Amino acid sequence: MIESKLLPTEYVTKPGHIKTSTGKTLRTDEMIINMGPQHPSTHGVLRLEIVVDGEIVVDVIPHIGYLHRCFEKHAEAMTNYQQVIPYCDRMDYLASMNNDWGYALAVERMLKIEVPARVEYIRVIMAELQRIASHLIAVGTFGIDMGAFTPFLWAFRDREKILDLFEMTCGARLLYNYIWIGGVSHDLPSRFVEQAKEFCTYFRPKLVEFNNLLTYNEIFVKRTANVGVLPKDVALNYAVSGPTLRGSGMNFDLRKDDPYGVYDKFEWEVQVGKGEMGTLGDVWDRFIVKVREMEQSIKIVEQALAAIPEGNVQQAIPKRIRPDANEIYVRTESPRGELGFYIMSDGSSSPYRVKARGPAFVNLSVLPEISRGCMIADLVAIVGSMDIVLGEVDR
Amino acid sequence: MEQLLKFILGDNVLVYVLYCAPPLVFILLYALVTLYMEMKVAAHIQDRVAYMRTGWHGVLQPFADILKLIQKEDIIPTQADRALFILAPFLVFIGTYAGFAAVPFSPDYIGSNINLGVFYIVAASSIVVIGLLMSGWASNNKWSLLGAMRSAAQLVSYEIPTALTIVVVVMITGSLNLQEVIKAQEGGFFNWIIFGGAHAPLWQKIAMTPFTVTAFLILFTASLAEVNRTPFDLPEAESELVQGFNTEYSGMKFAVFYLAEYANMFLVSVVAVCLFLGGWQSPFGSAMSGPFWGIFWIVAKGMFFVFLQVWIRWTLPRLRVDQLMYTSWKVLTPFLFVCIFAVGLILVL
Repeated sequence: MIESKLLPTEYVTKPGHIKTSTGKTLRTDEMIINMGPQHPSTHGVLRLEIVVDGEIVVDVIPHIGYLHRCFEKHAEAMTNYQQVIPYCDRMDYLASMNNDWGYALAVERMLKIEVPARVEYIRVIMAELQRIASHLIAVGTFGIDMGAFTPFLWAFRDREKILDLFEMTCGARLLYNYIWIGGVSHDLPSRFVEQAKEFCTYFRPKLVEFNNLLTYNEIFVKRTANVGVLPKDVALNYAVSGPTLRGSGMNFDLRKDDPYGVYDKFEWEVQVGKGEMGTLGDVWDRFIVKVREMEQSIKIVEQALAAIPEGNVQQAIPKRIRPDANEIYVRTESPRGELGFYIMSDGSSSPYRVKARGPAFVNLSVLPEISRGCMIADLVAIVGSMDIVLGEVDR
Repeated sequence: MEQLLKFILGDNVLVYVLYCAPPLVFILLYALVTLYMEMKVAAHIQDRVAYMRTGWHGVLQPFADILKLIQKEDIIPTQADRALFILAPFLVFIGTYAGFAAVPFSPDYIGSNINLGVFYIVAASSIVVIGLLMSGWASNNKWSLLGAMRSAAQLVSYEIPTALTIVVVVMITGSLNLQEVIKAQEGGFFNWIIFGGAHAPLWQKIAMTPFTVTAFLILFTASLAEVNRTPFDLPEAESELVQGFNTEYSGMKFAVFYLAEYANMFLVSVVAVCLFLGGWQSPFGSAMSGPFWGIFWIVAKGMFFVFLQVWIRWTLPRLRVDQLMYTSWKVLTPFLFVCIFAVGLILVL
């Protein structure tokens, strides 16, 4: 790290001046660099305007909106609540199952529909498998940001097996339109449970291999420990959620603290960062929370596969959705954090207003706060550790 | 070989041109092989297979890559400094190619038998720094400039450990000329300088081995930094720098940069091999040794270390620029001072 006894905020006294550790002030010139909308890293179309003094970042101004597709306006134009689900897929395209479930849950609570037990179990299995797939991308691409090209391909090799499971069920690999209001679109095929169990036994040793290659690698730890420290109170003030918040030591997971579905029937633990390799709340903590959450998700999937009941998955799907004039906010835990849907209906069969609270959007807002005083290479690490998906940030 | 050519052609400028040709031919052929090796090694480490359709298992792919690069449009940014922009890749290549002059490929062939030898190689490969700075500046691109500055800092600071390991070897052999250094390692595997050299009694070898092995490992690490390979490739392939000083280059100029990088990889490997691992000496002593066996041994050993460099690239993440400088100045250099002191002490006693 920078060997200076000054705190990051003391390093830059005012624009264009640096205080050296002997107390003198040097006049320097700042450069405004654009990490443009097209990134060589894989975060999507995010523009970061960086004011940089040599290698030290003085300020970061994120510019978003390059992927805005008017999701919320489209939702208002739909003639039916069910028709909004494909749009929800495309919001956070790496966690489609979780998005669909969030929206479907909100409408079901508004209509007070009870779904069959089999549907609940299927939803949990799909959501947790999707969480593993999403975290695999997050840790894989984070490895690439750090210069390790191999873990990315290993992560994608494992993710292919999950996508095979999804394709077997609903025909799609990325955007599923699977979790409908009141049920799911297709029942599980006959080979699903067996193949999913095979995947669980296959995946656990792969995680160990992955950890040996990347997570505990000395160079990786030196790049990520004590970098981008997000203190717990700052995280709570900025409404950060998900692994980013849990990495700062806060034990808060909506699956336990505001349970939905049948999550309360399974035995698993919330993963919280402990500051093992450096400061609590640094980039390494956020990374290890994601890796450990994948293990817990496998645990949940195995328990759900063992306990899944029989039933008809389509029986509770309503023929006509016409709720009373009402409003509701329902939040679920997507791989990125608290995904909330605020739905307002006016009594007709088309939604009046659908507002999506995207966790990546809120998490991104804390970026300028935690990256002042770091180096440009650290900035890449911090952005990668927050696991943003621009589809969700911009909607 | 020089005599043979003079016999055929008479004392002619052409003789000297032909005498200099083998390293260039070698570099070009070697680049093809290394392109293929890198792609296949990377693929198998990443649990996939690379190209399988261009030729049997993709052996024609390097040709396809080079053909593609040759026929690409040569773009020069409008605001770029034309002369520097065009000259930079060739300077980088020249810096590397010049180093090949003092590398003995065989007992009978060394491009230039000066007694400065390896000192000349280190000096000539510093020209690479100028080329990189030129390319960064002439690209008229803030990212390229950042990359070039980082690269210059990195290359210059890792020349110190490289030069200091040479001091270790020179103390043992008494000569900078690589032919002499290799001749002082005759007699098989345990007479290589990594174990103390052929002229050292056994107790000296045992005492020196930890220090010479350390010096060799440090030389290998410093050479990774000299060629801008992971874990030291921050100037080149960082996620935010696009391609660093390479960003604005396309087509043939990019191909020359690429070629220069591969040539540099081999140069530093073969220098490390000559200094510590016996160069063209066979590890079996007099079995399998001779002028043509010498070529085989030196190329094989050099390629092994190139393979190691490729292996490391696809395994490790990269160091940040300040950690990289910290490693050079505060870790490698002090260790080397200890090594030099210890080896000197052992030799004197």
